[in-house]
Amino acid sequence: MTILSGWFPRLTIHTADSKGPWGGGGSGGGDDDKSGGARNPWAQPPAGKPRSTGAGPSALDEFLKRARNTGGGGGGFGSGGRPRIPGAPGAGQLWAIGVGLVLVAWIGLSSFHSIGPQQRGVVTTLGRYSGTLEPGIRFTLPAPFVDVAKVDVAAINTDTFPDDTGTESPTDKLMLTSDQNIVDLDYSVRWQISNPQDFAFQIDDPRETLRATAQSAMRAVVATATLDDAIGSGRNAMEAQVQQSMQEILDRYNAGIRIQGVAIKGAQAPAQVADAFKEVSAAQQKAQGDISKARGYAQQVLAKAQGEAAAFDVIYAQYKLAPEVTRRRMYYDTMEQVLSKSDKTIIEAPGVVPYLPLPRVTRSVPDAVPVAPVMQSQGAAQ
Amino acid sequence: MNSAVFRNPIAIGIAALLLLILAASTFAIVPETRQAVVLRLQTPVRTINEYKPNEVFGRTGAGLTWRIPFFDRLIWVDKRILDVELDNQQVLSTEQNRLEVDAYARFRIVDPLKAVISTGSTSTTEQRVKDQLRPLFSSALRNELSKRPFAALLSPERTQVMGNIRAGLQRLASQYGVQIVDVRIKHADLPSGTPFDSALTRMRTARQQQALTIQAQGQQTAQIISAQADAKAAQIYADAFNKDPDFYDFYRAMQSYRFTFAQEGKGQTSLVLSPDNAYLKEFQGRR
Repeated sequence: MTILSGWFPRLTIHTADSKGPWGGGGSGGGDDDKSGGARNPWAQPPAGKPRSTGAGPSALDEFLKRARNTGGGGGGFGSGGRPRIPGAPGAGQLWAIGVGLVLVAWIGLSSFHSIGPQQRGVVTTLGRYSGTLEPGIRFTLPAPFVDVAKVDVAAINTDTFPDDTGTESPTDKLMLTSDQNIVDLDYSVRWQISNPQDFAFQIDDPRETLRATAQSAMRAVVATATLDDAIGSGRNAMEAQVQQSMQEILDRYNAGIRIQGVAIKGAQAPAQVADAFKEVSAAQQKAQGDISKARGYAQQVLAKAQGEAAAFDVIYAQYKLAPEVTRRRMYYDTMEQVLSKSDKTIIEAPGVVPYLPLPRVTRSVPDAVPVAPVMQSQGAAQ
Repeated sequence: MNSAVFRNPIAIGIAALLLLILAASTFAIVPETRQAVVLRLQTPVRTINEYKPNEVFGRTGAGLTWRIPFFDRLIWVDKRILDVELDNQQVLSTEQNRLEVDAYARFRIVDPLKAVISTGSTSTTEQRVKDQLRPLFSSALRNELSKRPFAALLSPERTQVMGNIRAGLQRLASQYGVQIVDVRIKHADLPSGTPFDSALTRMRTARQQQALTIQAQGQQTAQIISAQADAKAAQIYADAFNKDPDFYDFYRAMQSYRFTFAQEGKGQTSLVLSPDNAYLKEFQGRR
């Protein structure tokens, strides 16, 4: 704006310069100007004389002369002015044409209606409903008599709850369930205009009506569901119930709205008790963990049992073939392994009570000093 | 010529203007969404486009209408379904539970004359009707809810509650020429503060208890699974070893000796043997 206002004066000055009375009259008084210009004291500055004194009157003369020229031009061009007076009735015609154009434009704009494929036009003639326009270019009487309201019937509108504007307080999402718990719900409703004239004429504020209906229906349905249903498996059933209930209510209002669907986007416990709900899921995890650990233990125990039983069976089959020999062989094999890796003390005399070197027995590595005699005694014993 | 041209358009204009004013004050367009009451010198003479149930758009009273200019006055009344909202009504249920209720009523002015007269024949009839209805609605709501236990609102009985409120409100609202189309409870919530917090606490403890139960049940199941596995293993062992208990005793003893005495790095074993030992019976060379 400031730029424009800055430009306008310059523009006017510019036009005044170029097409002003002097410039405009240029064709008529051009010679005069030039001759005047030649005799102009403005040519004197080369003479070194300051033009302030000399230029003043002569410039004034010049101005006057020019003014007279133009004034005279206006009067003198009486013959040239004549064509303008026929031009004045021409202006009247222009007016008529202008008014006609406006009328045509107005009729054109308000009589032809381009109804898109997704739209219907609700026509009221002098206030009274007179029909619905199907898609296409349609013609009606012009504006003050006929009014066409375009209604979008194909578009599926989505309203979310709580709405995106954030004007609703966060507690609006909290709803009471039948077991007197509180659930935090986000949901959306998809709807469509099914009857344009009902939509236009029946309800004061269709959108607000829809929102109020949705809230009422959703809360009524949540109030009959348990918290676990609302959070978990019961959602689909709840959505269907809300949709049906909303449709019934809106039909009672003749709202001309069809509910396409209700979607519960999020259902969770309120933030204040979220920790307790996490505890539950943690407990579920832990219980699952315990159970699968027990299953693992069971697998292991059973596998071990089966393995040992199978091993026993195999050996027993061999044993049955030659019981005595197998038994002795196994005995010697085992004893060999056992005794080869052990310290052995064999005591012959039944009457001798040996001094049993306890440190030697209890400790695997004998101490050097006290054991030495013991070794000897042991050797003596042997 | 010039004088005629200059004078006539003004005269024409003035005449047109007068005609326009006259026409505008004679004719009126009644849209489908509105009804009107005609007052002639403050006496109601007729209504235009009055609501009738089940009427078809296009055959209503809407359209061009006329009146006697300057004598007749048109009072417009909305014909559509309008809405009264009650927000944050504190209601006590029978068990003295506090409840915070938001409700709305949808209504339609079906008798515009009554509505206009009862609200003082101004141009804001709808707003005035709403203002009159709001306290009536509030009292109808309280009356009904104070007769009900809190749980009734959380059950299918809710529909009946709303029906009763509607009937109660309708009785009071008829004097305004209003038909109550529907009454709905939007929210019926515990008020913030103690009741709300105690509900949350109850939820929390219930969940904690549930968590403990789940955990205990998990442990129980785990123990049962382990015990069953042990039992099954015992059965497998018994089935196998019962074929020859004596050999099993020997076989297992051998295994056990090997495990106990002959393992690497499990400590040194010192054995004090008697030559009478079965292993050493050949040691003595007696045969």
